[in-house]
Amino acid sequence: MNAPVVLDRRRVLQGGGALIVSFSLGRAFAQEGAPAGAASKGPGSLATTPYLDSWLRIDSDSRITAFTGKAELGQGFKTAFQQIAAEELDVPFEAINVVTADTQLTANEGYTAGSHSMQDSGTAILNAAAQVRELLIAEAAARLGLSVEGLSTENGAVVAPDGRRLTYGELVATDMLHVQAQPQSKLKDPAIFKVMAHAVPRVDIPAKVTGGEAYVQDMRLPDMVHARVVRPPSYGAQLVECDSSAVEKLPGVLKVVRDGNFLAVVADKEFRAIKAMNTLAAATKWQERANLPKQDDLLNVLTSLPSQDSTILDRSDSSVSGQTTLVATYTRPYQSHGSIGPSCAVAHFADGAMTIWTHTQGVYPDRQAIAEMLRMPPASVRLIHVEGSGCYGHNGADDAAADAALIARALPDRPVRVQWMREQEHAWEPFGPAMVTKLKASLDAMGRIADWNFAVWSNTHSMRPGGAGTLLAAQHMAHSVAVPPAKPLPLPEGGGDRNAIPLYTFANAHVVHHFIPEMPLRISAMRALGAYHNVFSIESFMDELAQLAGADPVEFRLRHLEDRRGRDVIERAAQEFGWKRDRKPPAGRGYGFAFARYKNLAAYCAIASEVEVNRETGRARLVRAVAAVDSGQVVNPDGLTNQIEGAIVQSMSWTLYESVSFDDTRITSIDWQTYPILRFDAVPDRIDVHIINRPGQPFLGSGETGQGPAAASIANAIAHATGKRLRDLPLTRKRIKEAIDA
Amino acid sequence: MMTLKVNGHDTQIDADPDTPLLYVLRDDLKLNAAKFGCGLGQCGSCTVIVDGKAVLSCVTPLVLLEGKQVTTLEGLGTVSAPAPIQRAFMEEQAAQCGYCIAGMMMRAQALLLRNPKPTDAEIRAELQSNLCRCGTHMRILRAVHRAARLMDTADASANERSGR
Repeated sequence: MNAPVVLDRRRVLQGGGALIVSFSLGRAFAQEGAPAGAASKGPGSLATTPYLDSWLRIDSDSRITAFTGKAELGQGFKTAFQQIAAEELDVPFEAINVVTADTQLTANEGYTAGSHSMQDSGTAILNAAAQVRELLIAEAAARLGLSVEGLSTENGAVVAPDGRRLTYGELVATDMLHVQAQPQSKLKDPAIFKVMAHAVPRVDIPAKVTGGEAYVQDMRLPDMVHARVVRPPSYGAQLVECDSSAVEKLPGVLKVVRDGNFLAVVADKEFRAIKAMNTLAAATKWQERANLPKQDDLLNVLTSLPSQDSTILDRSDSSVSGQTTLVATYTRPYQSHGSIGPSCAVAHFADGAMTIWTHTQGVYPDRQAIAEMLRMPPASVRLIHVEGSGCYGHNGADDAAADAALIARALPDRPVRVQWMREQEHAWEPFGPAMVTKLKASLDAMGRIADWNFAVWSNTHSMRPGGAGTLLAAQHMAHSVAVPPAKPLPLPEGGGDRNAIPLYTFANAHVVHHFIPEMPLRISAMRALGAYHNVFSIESFMDELAQLAGADPVEFRLRHLEDRRGRDVIERAAQEFGWKRDRKPPAGRGYGFAFARYKNLAAYCAIASEVEVNRETGRARLVRAVAAVDSGQVVNPDGLTNQIEGAIVQSMSWTLYESVSFDDTRITSIDWQTYPILRFDAVPDRIDVHIINRPGQPFLGSGETGQGPAAASIANAIAHATGKRLRDLPLTRKRIKEAIDA
Repeated sequence: MMTLKVNGHDTQIDADPDTPLLYVLRDDLKLNAAKFGCGLGQCGSCTVIVDGKAVLSCVTPLVLLEGKQVTTLEGLGTVSAPAPIQRAFMEEQAAQCGYCIAGMMMRAQALLLRNPKPTDAEIRAELQSNLCRCGTHMRILRAVHRAARLMDTADASANERSGR
């Protein structure tokens, strides 16, 4: 093999790499991190990537490029970042081009996850743009011999009181932006925003509704070939026999790649690759092991596995004690991300360098893992994010990228496109982990919660790459890399214990996290992580306690909540819904309410739901939902509304229908027949989202804040409609019917 | 070699006759809109229009399409000259990841061709076969209603121009 090639940024900018980005800048390294002993840290991701030119470039003809290390996953933040940069630079929205995650071009911002994009990258771009604007004004002042005070900016130029104008392109000079960010920026007054806080149409939608090239699935590189992987039939299966002679004779088949238990086929055309995959799969024999747990006994399975226990909240006030006590146990099954488009990647191995186009959520950590798998230096591997189908967490994206890399290495100089099949995505994606929560609380004579006990059992909620052992291809290859030991995600954000600590104030409160290292099924991060089930549990239990106290559920929540912004979203959602104490719903319907602040530090969200339950069939349908959300300073109100609407509808599907099924050996939910999700007959009549804007306040991540409250508000409405409390997710027709009949 | 009429043009296709239409569109004709979602006819992301009807291209082999007219999203309009259904989806911002949207639009287009003023229930029933995972359903419904209004207006102004 040739000596490894190191792709550096300068070479890429000069046109030596696969992606040419033309702007006039010399010394600039996006990957350049904070120098040792850097002074006070800049806001957001400026803390780790402090140079302004890692975030913004201005070229001599005034074209402006904003860079983000985050990946557009369909949340629309690419548009939001463009708004932020345009606003703080005082240029029209259209003047900015946004480049997203690419190991050669953008900052290392880790994963696009945890509702962090606005908080990390949005904040960095906001402050970088404001500081670049100040630098341009200072440069203009020097050139014009004026003081900065009299100068202003408008439409991409610095304007002097006498009318003289210097465009940003005229002002910018080599290295001018290669300076470290200051801890403080002169930010614009939100009262004069022209682009931010406005519902600017998304930049990616026109291509998506006209058949433009919008996804990694749509990439067609010259000489590209199509590959399919033949996956083992189950976890840990060993390939004992594989006769590839028949498949090699099929028309268009270029190569069969076998490396231990990793098996793939490459063909000239896509459907030929599929036929070859089927032929090859039929010519294999695998030795399987029957060691999956009992699907219908997850409560005992999880609470019996060895766990590492930690008390994450311990508050006591011996002067307060409860009189009546309630206990309850809630469970969540394994659930699937269920991307509509199965994972896909394109890889090209040429001149000792590997380039991979992928819809991974973390180009840098995935590069680290793939480089380790290939035993190549990371600098010789480049990952470029290209949108895929929505992922909602760690789906097959990283694995598909690794598959493509492994196959491309066996077929140098030809771009290889790997597309997973539906059953591969469903069977092999890392699922959202199953969870158990046990709650116990007591009320005092005044109907206040005196004592709160919460315990959660869960795996980790992230087995994302970093090391090669998280990748299927690396696990399956002959020199296989072992799955790294699971680690709990640290608080305050947490993983299985995300949102396990209630935001409410209780005199006595005790919260325990039982972290289970052993993972019977392949699991990782799914939208909201543990917060989905923890908020479902807390907010269901709050309703049960309100009922015990004879209190209205909304008033009962407010009784225990001091947080002003939390109270505001609760009051707003209740008011917009028309919530009234003892209000009678129409026959067969119920009202439900729930609230959370995501991670106790991101966006606030309260949701009121009206659910209809058919007592004959047990079928529940969300009729309408009203949400109130506080996400700090709003950048794109329609984008935020879209996220919350989507969260409610998706969480409704998880909550009413979804669980991964398996026998003792194999995953058996392998398509939309065996893993049904919501269809249009279940879509609500209406969803209203009310935004409480907080001008000038920090951005709070909001992509995941709706998942937990939506689930609990639906569960509470079902309880209200039927008088029966369901505590095991999903709240299926069968379970509701059984509860009604019990 | 067989002739396939796609978006109004006759094209010569050199593909195995059992190849599903989806791969002919994507691989041979380099069209992006029809998407691979399941290959099983369960999700609708591959939906195109054949002779006026919505068809799941992932389970429709090429050999069945001789002499038929295939329309994909690319055949309806462009970013600069969008068809009413495309304009409606842009105006309603009816996408998150957008992967399912081309299929949604083609099924809705087929509905609007035969029923220009569908009720909400009719739109829901028609779209039952198409899955969206982002939860964009409310916007998709609004966009289809809007497309119906836009088509109605377009028809009315066309009739006006032709003096009818």
